[in-house]
Amino acid sequence: MTKRLIFSLALALALSLGAHANPVQDGYRTVAKQENPAFKDFSAAAGQKFYNARPGELSCASCHTDSPKAVGKHAKTGKEIAPMAPSLNPKRFSDAANVEKWFKRNCNDVLARACSAQEKGDFMAYVLSVQ
Amino acid sequence: MTTSLAKLLTISVLALLALGAQAESGEDRGKPALPAQINASWKQECSACHMAYPPSLLPAASWTQLMAGLNKHFGADASLSAAQASEISAFLTKNASNRWSGKSAPLRITETAWFKAKHNEREVPVKVWTRPSIKGAWNCAACHGGAQSGDFSERGVRIPK
Repeated sequence: MTKRLIFSLALALALSLGAHANPVQDGYRTVAKQENPAFKDFSAAAGQKFYNARPGELSCASCHTDSPKAVGKHAKTGKEIAPMAPSLNPKRFSDAANVEKWFKRNCNDVLARACSAQEKGDFMAYVLSVQ
Repeated sequence: MTTSLAKLLTISVLALLALGAQAESGEDRGKPALPAQINASWKQECSACHMAYPPSLLPAASWTQLMAGLNKHFGADASLSAAQASEISAFLTKNASNRWSGKSAPLRITETAWFKAKHNEREVPVKVWTRPSIKGAWNCAACHGGAQSGDFSERGVRIPK
């Protein structure tokens, strides 16, 4: 009886964790551990701070607005950009190559450098948490 | 009557002059209609931030140069994977302008002789380009309703206020 209860609890825990797991973010977790042996985990709070930062002429919000839930607009061409949050736009953060393509471009344009795996994972933690 | 005739003559002369400039530089586009075989990566990647411009509007040398500098694409990083870049380059160069006889290879469509001739100051004054409804000369679809599908016919032109 107890065994069955423990099994059910373990299963429920695994399912609830599974619901939040994102294979693309898992990929960044692997890289983050390689980049930093002291790596603990990704933080949605750090990601939110990163998203809202205004490092220069361009920021995340320049195209994606202040909210990952809103429809964005390309800063130069005005082309519509679908919301960042997977809760509204399930296609977001589902394709590793596409995610990496945009991180490379946007980190270069906004920060004039590549982002670390920690930054990418934090960013994702925030955007994935937005309901 | 006389005024309209004079007007017509002036327009014809100006048009001929414009065509002359175009012929002299050899910067002529091909037919803008999209090729029968559209490359899916071209369509998807080139239209991510702006309209996917028809390959025939520039010569092959322009596309080759443009695709080699995607990491600095008119002020933005638009880099692609090497595999996708070469796939798209092949499509662009294969379908590039077949009427370009000049040696020049401009990167901006708006800087070509044919573009300037067709959008001269008299037809499209500078102040029209900057209207919020148009944004800039790069925004073909603002006036050419069929631009996305390669239709730039004069009949389809509606210049928004």
